[in-house]
Amino acid sequence: MSSTESEVLSQAFELGFTYTRSTGPVVGRFLTELRDRKVVGNKASDGTVYVPPMEFDPRTAEEITEFVEVAETGVVKTWSWIAEPQSKHLLQQPFAFALVQLDGSDVPMLHMVDAGSIDKMKTGMKVKVRWAETTRGHVTDINCFEPA
Amino acid sequence: MSEEKEMITGMEAPMYLTYNFTAGGATTRFLAELRNGKLVGQECPKCQHVYIPPRGSCAACGVPTVREVELTNKATVQSFTIVYIPIPNNPIKPPYVIANLMADGAHQSFLHLISDVDNADVRIGMRVEAIWKAEEEWTHAMENIQYFRPLDEPDMPIDEIGRLKNA
Repeated sequence: MSSTESEVLSQAFELGFTYTRSTGPVVGRFLTELRDRKVVGNKASDGTVYVPPMEFDPRTAEEITEFVEVAETGVVKTWSWIAEPQSKHLLQQPFAFALVQLDGSDVPMLHMVDAGSIDKMKTGMKVKVRWAETTRGHVTDINCFEPA
Repeated sequence: MSEEKEMITGMEAPMYLTYNFTAGGATTRFLAELRNGKLVGQECPKCQHVYIPPRGSCAACGVPTVREVELTNKATVQSFTIVYIPIPNNPIKPPYVIANLMADGAHQSFLHLISDVDNADVRIGMRVEAIWKAEEEWTHAMENIQYFRPLDEPDMPIDEIGRLKNA
């Protein structure tokens, strides 16, 4: 580019989507129970317990209607350390995104683990729910998991 | 479990994507001229197609569009739609007309508002002119033009809108 041309224009730009989504009866039930500091999943016909609950059985495509409460303790199945959280992350100190399988559930769910340092993280470690101070029926009612 | 309490039926899930938008060379030249109150397109040296807003090259010939062509404030309605549904945070009150406008001398249309006319009277081929904001409000934006309003000129025949003279 020739030196006589003006500098290329650039500008900060924020694209926002102000979504409100309906939750349906199954996810709605999960969130409603979270508001009461309980974690529920649901049980498919083969006995598999899904947390968060699923509307339909992924194997048979049947509706899943039987809700079950599971423990607020679980096991880290796999994890990824976030050494430098960004402003949009919900935890501002280093933390792990982890797949946590709650006791009583057969599938892990994605959430955050606040272990303090990467040395404390281990696949197979036991964790428990740290509840938000005020719960409102959102997945962030679980603030994160912490070592149990 | 608490059946008597109100069930959660919805959740807010806003999403914000923070970018640094870089205009690039051709768009920078276009926006710099808009800042000066000028509509400037770029012409293909091979097929003479005039692009506005320019993207820096000819889509058909694949060559750089280095020559700039200043266009007048006059344009023709190529197509239009009447918007009835309000868009959140958009200050324009429906119903309003958004049109694809072909500036005189250009072969590519751009979107803008049509105003100062009954929506029902807007039609394809209608001649319009740009109404600019006050000079002190000009920025690097198409919003420097408030809207387009009808000109007292006969309509342009549909098959002449945006056509190259000798094509």
